[in-house]
Amino acid sequence: MTANAWLQIGLYLAVLLLTVKPLGTYMAAVFSDAPNRVTRLGAPIERLLYRLCGVRADEDMSWKRYAVAMLVFNVLGLLAVYLLQRVQQWLPLNPQHFDAVSADSAMNTAISFATNTNWQGYGGESTMSYLTQMLGLAVQNFLSAATGIAVLIALIRGFVRKTTQGIGNFWVDMTRSTLYVLLPLSLVLALVLVAQGVPQNFKPYETVPLVQATTATETVKDADGNAQKDAAGKDVTKESQVTEQSLPLGPAASQIAIKQLGTNGGGYYNANSAHPYENPTPLSNFLEVLSILLLPAALCYTFGAMVGDRRQGWALLATMFVIFVPLLIGCALAEQAGNPALTGLNLDQNATVLQAGGNMEGKETRFGIVNSAIWATATTAASNGSVNATHDSFTPLGGLVPMWLIQLGEVIFGGVGSGLYGMLAFAVVAVFIAGLMVGRTPEYLGKKIEAYEMKMASLVVLIPCALVVVGTAIAVLAPAGVAGIANPGIHGFSEVLYALSSASNNNGSAFGGLSANTPFWNVLLGICMFLARFPLAIGMLAIAGSLAAKKHVPQSAGTLPTHTPLFVVLLASTVIVIGALTFLPALALGPIAEQLVAIGH
Amino acid sequence: MSTIQTSALDTRLLLPAIGDAFRKLSPRAQFRNPVMFVVFVCSILTTLLWLQALHGDGEAPAGFILGVALWLWFTLLFANFAEAIAEGRGKAQAASLRGARKDVVANKIPSLDRRDAITVGAAHDLRKDDLVIIKAGEFIPGDGEIVEGAATVDESAVTGESAPVIRESGGDRSSVTGGTRVLSDWIIVRITSNPGESFLDRMIAMVEGASRRKTPNEIALTILLAKFSLIFLLACATLLPYSLYAVKSAGHGEPVTITVLVALLVCLIPTTIGGLLSAIGIAGMDRMIQANVIAMSGRAVEAAGDVDVLLLDKTGTITLGNRQAVAFHAAPDVDDNALANAAQLASLADETPEGRSIVVLAKEKFGLREREVGGSGVVFVPFTAQTRMSGVDIGGQHIRKGALDAVKKYIESQGGQLPVAVVRVAEDIARKGGTPLVVAENEQALGVIELKDIVKGGIRERFAELRRMGIKTIMITGDNPLTAASIAAEAGVDDYLAEATPEAKLQLIRNIQAEGRLVAMCGDGTNDAPALAQADVAVAMNSGTQAAKEAGNMVDLDSNPTKLIEVVEIGKQLLITRGALTTFSIANDVAKYFAIIPAAFASTYPALNTLNIMHLATPQSAILSAVIFNALIIIFLIPLALKGVRYRAVGAGELLRRNLLVYGVTGLIVPFVGIKLIDMLLVALGLA
Repeated sequence: MTANAWLQIGLYLAVLLLTVKPLGTYMAAVFSDAPNRVTRLGAPIERLLYRLCGVRADEDMSWKRYAVAMLVFNVLGLLAVYLLQRVQQWLPLNPQHFDAVSADSAMNTAISFATNTNWQGYGGESTMSYLTQMLGLAVQNFLSAATGIAVLIALIRGFVRKTTQGIGNFWVDMTRSTLYVLLPLSLVLALVLVAQGVPQNFKPYETVPLVQATTATETVKDADGNAQKDAAGKDVTKESQVTEQSLPLGPAASQIAIKQLGTNGGGYYNANSAHPYENPTPLSNFLEVLSILLLPAALCYTFGAMVGDRRQGWALLATMFVIFVPLLIGCALAEQAGNPALTGLNLDQNATVLQAGGNMEGKETRFGIVNSAIWATATTAASNGSVNATHDSFTPLGGLVPMWLIQLGEVIFGGVGSGLYGMLAFAVVAVFIAGLMVGRTPEYLGKKIEAYEMKMASLVVLIPCALVVVGTAIAVLAPAGVAGIANPGIHGFSEVLYALSSASNNNGSAFGGLSANTPFWNVLLGICMFLARFPLAIGMLAIAGSLAAKKHVPQSAGTLPTHTPLFVVLLASTVIVIGALTFLPALALGPIAEQLVAIGH
Repeated sequence: MSTIQTSALDTRLLLPAIGDAFRKLSPRAQFRNPVMFVVFVCSILTTLLWLQALHGDGEAPAGFILGVALWLWFTLLFANFAEAIAEGRGKAQAASLRGARKDVVANKIPSLDRRDAITVGAAHDLRKDDLVIIKAGEFIPGDGEIVEGAATVDESAVTGESAPVIRESGGDRSSVTGGTRVLSDWIIVRITSNPGESFLDRMIAMVEGASRRKTPNEIALTILLAKFSLIFLLACATLLPYSLYAVKSAGHGEPVTITVLVALLVCLIPTTIGGLLSAIGIAGMDRMIQANVIAMSGRAVEAAGDVDVLLLDKTGTITLGNRQAVAFHAAPDVDDNALANAAQLASLADETPEGRSIVVLAKEKFGLREREVGGSGVVFVPFTAQTRMSGVDIGGQHIRKGALDAVKKYIESQGGQLPVAVVRVAEDIARKGGTPLVVAENEQALGVIELKDIVKGGIRERFAELRRMGIKTIMITGDNPLTAASIAAEAGVDDYLAEATPEAKLQLIRNIQAEGRLVAMCGDGTNDAPALAQADVAVAMNSGTQAAKEAGNMVDLDSNPTKLIEVVEIGKQLLITRGALTTFSIANDVAKYFAIIPAAFASTYPALNTLNIMHLATPQSAILSAVIFNALIIIFLIPLALKGVRYRAVGAGELLRRNLLVYGVTGLIVPFVGIKLIDMLLVALGLA
């Protein structure tokens, strides 16, 4: 790798680390039970909102009340997005006169945005009206991220509180996450993006003449819309001259800001952040990729501050870094090393002054190898899922990194809130085994980890794993599933495995190469996304409730310390071992086999 | 009960255990353990596949399937064997206890007033509140409380201790256990338990494991292991569709066989810890029994590992039972020698340990030999509650020793005056935690003997060790705060409760528990019962009252209060063994993947052979080697499961680091070596 590449990775990580403490401290104040400067500032707005919505803000909810509120609110949001897509043709702000979205695609998209997955079976600029984008998708971007934060905060309260039933108020947590955290940050980022050239308007798409005319190959369709076949059974094609281009516009910047900050990742445009309007400059690229990990990283600090031991938060963040940084470097190295299938062909894949070198297939020349690798690892470490390059075109090993990061359960940073509560479920498992090894029944942050917590944490770890392997099995068995695969063979298997991993861990990025906007894929992935989000959130709330009801065990020399490098190693190993043991066989039949075969050639 | 010191490989235990291993193959027994139940189902499945292969339409060579099937059955049998061995030791113990439960004759009497109206009955007919009279040479027919009389009792049948003990009515030594024998005198006992509920019955049930239920931590661990099993079940089952797709798209190779998938599954699920889990639990109880402590539940053993605070009685636990003379402080103008001489004379007839220690000290310090003082002019004055002094009159020489105020009164009655210096010395000694005994001859005070509590040797180190383990020690004593503080400092306890009353003790436990800490204590008296009932780990002394034994959740047959520390260590050891074997079991999986994945899929993607880093001979030998290793490792780890991982009194971080290194890292490496060796052996035997 070039010195420049190392520098960019270093700069990215350094800036990210610098934001952790100030932002984390701020969020700890936002969610603090005690009134403070931050919450006093917004109190009038809060009060007004609560009065408008008829919310009793002082109600301390039991975990069950909290879970019901969370579930009902999100399912209603899901239905709203579905309806909006289905009736968008009759609603205003639809300059391109897009028709209603098909039922299965609308359902898939609604689940996708409500679950913070933001898997996109549709192409934004050719499907969704401005109103749907703004009122449906952008709003869900805020609410799904806020839901993640709310559940995390409730869980933290479970650790902090003693012998009580209440874990906080869902409505208050939602309001505060949105009002104090997501809205201000999005506003700032959106304005910077507009300054960088991202559109933010309600104009119809503009048609401009091409500077250089080009030809396009189209399949000829008959009256029924089916492709015509020639005598040999191949599709009949014709070539046509293209002289004009349609430039998609719309309220993009506002949505792009929150899709990066809220680990949503659903692009305004189909090409996501590889699109020049969505990500026009190196600065916009840096800010967008920084935004991906901004909140998940800072929330670790918030966690430490709220449980009264900042070292605990740093330990969790260190665990994430310990896994993230080597994988990031590994991905960049694999991509810079170039395509293994080409190494024998006397092609120069080295970086020189004149060429980026490495595997540039599917990458924007504007971003090059290292920025594509940073983005690919960040977006899959966090459950963001936005892309600035095509993961499908990565080398087998380079593509293995994002896929495996997703399969680790989206806990290396992970979704806003959801990543950390997922990581805490792993911490419960790690503490359980390690706690036994110091000769005490396990405890974490002063709370005994017993059968009930173990049951719930096991479910939280188990569900995504199960969804991925079972979903992939269904997809490769069903003809409708195999039909979507663009590259049959090993790579096709990787495409299917990636799609299921992405949906079942609420990431939302696509490997690409899979035609997934079909009823089969929309339904299968829709089910996976739903089951990967809400049962997990409810499981963690159950743990929160159970922990809140427990006594607090004071620390002693016999207590397992959970802030030491040793614990960081242990927690990282737990995440890696579970991820590796579950997915190694599947990965062996996908990227690993592909890499070994490519080397063999 | 005689402590049976048997190694795991005692043939007396081995043979029955092998039989039990087969008996435990019943589906009902297997269903209790989710991990082993998966193995059970897999064994049946592969056996059926083998039968199918015998008929000529098998998915793989019949010999290979048979090999896998057999080793899966062995895996089950080895796990059963581990449990049976652990139970076997308890059973042997129970058998020796049963020997004590002889059906003896009971001499019932209707009431204390009519003790001559004896009706002779059988012991097993005795009910609660029956009165029985037991004379020298007779067996005590049931558990009870002595209501009248005192006797020496041989309790060796229960405690293994051959020296007879004294049991008497009233006080804290009034309880007797059925099956023990009265050696001298007679006692009248009120029976306190109905047939089948006696202490001995409960002990037998405990050591046999008949009333064994899964402990809370065991349940939580089982959930975790079930989760791992479920993940691996899904990961392995879905490999079949993946393989079918791979074969179809690659256009060559064979789909993976069910036999291989089953082998992979059994290798991956945590069979090592799953198979040994119940053996570890039983062995933990068993180690308690070896230490002569009977735990009334497995939950209590587990809680012992969690104890944060130990409440220890001063007398007998921290200090030797009695005070000893450590110094002579002569009064002004009195020769040290004269004081020592007088003190020794006054103590010659004093057979209390304190008295003996004065004689010994005088001999050590001043070379004064014990003398036979006898003859007409010598009168020993014994200690009485009224005078609170003892001494000797030799002619006109009246030597007295006793508490400060008592001797002061005596001197004044003789027309003397107690010098201020002597009073000051005495008060000084009291302040430092000692007991001053003033010695006087007629009207003259000779000086002060300093008696001190002697802290047991090595106890300070034990407390330092406990501190490193994160356990706080609190000394309980009836002494005044000054004395208590001084002994606490000398013994190195963290805190003390002085002038302790039963209420203060109970309150202290409640306060500690309110902070979220777990408390362990031991006690013997009836007034200890409320505190014992409140404490999380309560060890009752076997010599104690029935009430204390009922309130505690463990009984120490040796009646040794220091045992509490050992109890905590056994509890910790039990938990550590579970954690260590879980880590080992999961770490093992890595090597098994490297053995099985290339073997299973290399026919489809030959490039995957690169992963065969152990260079195992053939796909079949690779899979068989992994399965065989997986089964054998259970056998190899049985001794560790039974003996327990050694506990070291170091901080939690250090302990974790060490155990992770030992069990995590070796767990990674050992299977690579083991599988390779087995593979080489299979090749050498021509089986591959």
